[in-house]
Amino acid sequence: MKNSLKEIATGFNSLITGMRITIGQFFKPTVTVQYPHESLKMPERFRGHIELVRDPETGKAVCFACKLCERACPSDCITVEGAKLEGAKKRSVTHYVLDFTKCSLCGSCVEACRDGAIRYSHEYNLASTKKEDYIMDLFKRLEDERLAAEAAGQSFPPAAPVVAQASPSASSAGVSPGVPAHTPPKPLATEAPKVAQPNPEPSKPEVK
Amino acid sequence: MQAIQHFISAFWPEPLRLILFLVGILSFVGLNAAYLVWVERKGAARFQRRPGPTEVGYAGLLQPIADAAKLMSKQLIVPAGADTTLFRLAPLLMMSPALMSLAVIPWSRNLAACNLNVGLLMIFAFGSINVMAIMLGGWSSRNKYAIISAARVVSQNVAYEIPMLLVVITMIMVTGTMNLAEIVQHQAGPIWKWYFFRWDLNPLAPVTCLIFYTCMLAETNRAPFDMAEAESELVAGAYTEYSGMGFGVFFMAEYANILLGCALATVLFLGGWQSPIGNLLGSSQSVFGVLLGIFWFFVKMYFLVFSVVWIRWTFPRTQFYGLLNLSWKILIPVSLITLILSSAMIKLFHP
Repeated sequence: MKNSLKEIATGFNSLITGMRITIGQFFKPTVTVQYPHESLKMPERFRGHIELVRDPETGKAVCFACKLCERACPSDCITVEGAKLEGAKKRSVTHYVLDFTKCSLCGSCVEACRDGAIRYSHEYNLASTKKEDYIMDLFKRLEDERLAAEAAGQSFPPAAPVVAQASPSASSAGVSPGVPAHTPPKPLATEAPKVAQPNPEPSKPEVK
Repeated sequence: MQAIQHFISAFWPEPLRLILFLVGILSFVGLNAAYLVWVERKGAARFQRRPGPTEVGYAGLLQPIADAAKLMSKQLIVPAGADTTLFRLAPLLMMSPALMSLAVIPWSRNLAACNLNVGLLMIFAFGSINVMAIMLGGWSSRNKYAIISAARVVSQNVAYEIPMLLVVITMIMVTGTMNLAEIVQHQAGPIWKWYFFRWDLNPLAPVTCLIFYTCMLAETNRAPFDMAEAESELVAGAYTEYSGMGFGVFFMAEYANILLGCALATVLFLGGWQSPIGNLLGSSQSVFGVLLGIFWFFVKMYFLVFSVVWIRWTFPRTQFYGLLNLSWKILIPVSLITLILSSAMIKLFHP
């Protein structure tokens, strides 16, 4: 009798405890992310597909087509072409295509790059029904972004990428997007057409 | 109020009044059954820290309508070899007792579709038809899961009918009437006049209320006693073979029965339409008083409905012997004790 009464009491107590816990959860905010309407921001070290890093001073790609990434790629999914433009000291990239259908996201290309010219993007909404959507022209993407930003009156896209091994001048230069840069727009405006269409002049690329 | 009643009785003949009440009750039950599904889904979501239905209408408010449209557009399949008549009859048998019983619930002063002198008796007389409806539904669908489930439901409901009726007998002794409106009248006044707090009449009054509530959960086949539709074991229980609105009516009937059970608990223990803070806002005889009564009734009733949802999403389903143990070893002895104690109290102190 005593035991069964004790059992009833402890059982009832545990029921009340359970209900107290659930009502506590009831009044806490929801944690759902309404996916198509909103999505999570990927953490800084998320390893998505690669993308070209922009030089915050010129607004153009840091990459100078040394082709180390192309060689490091085990799946043969990167194609890089570069050219030496008139008046430039270094070669610059003119064509950078990532075939994401073959990419296994191993990251060898980023490891191989000595100048921090490519990095992992944070993009992950990559679903598509067309295979062509996964042949990514990263160079064209970068240039389009720059042109769009120029059209919008900014010197370069507001989200200026953080260069891993930043060139010494990058830290000192005022790279805040609000500041209308005096120097960059001009050379960009003149060079843009040339750089944006690498195909018309296929004679330029020097193959190492 | 008197003037309105005279007006109604002078110009609206009895049949019209009846039709009006019937339409009112039917639409009330339909609306509640539909929107309690929404409450259930929203509540379930909140208990799991999800937002619940959000897409159809503001905060998913049109979700029940979308669900109903979907269910109605589905084909009504009668399984081969099933007893067609009984198969079709079962959902109606499940729904109609709840509808009929709600007619005698006094929603506020002088506001009951049918003020029966034996209202309580009528509710429990009709309440037992539910069991038969599930039994028929399970048996006539010629499906072994449905039959097993129906057998479970019958043994569960028989087990829980006993403590429930013992509690109700206690309440009838305490109140001295089976008229629900009179039961509420007896609880007029401050909050300690509610039968939930009447220690002097029934020393175990809160326990009695708790037993009634538990039995109500079991009778309506709600979690944690949802043996009738134990999804993980019995597909959808007795409703396995039902499709479209046949299933929908069973589903609505479940919520109508919950509504009935909560309304009954409100009337018997929580003072029905009586205000817990007394009549601060003038006479309860006026139209305003009647509206206030409806308000208090709904507050209490929907709190109980919410707690049903709360319980569902807190406790896991009991095992079957646990369920029967609870009834036969705890609820029936305790309700017998309350019966004896309260009869002694009434004999000794309130002759």
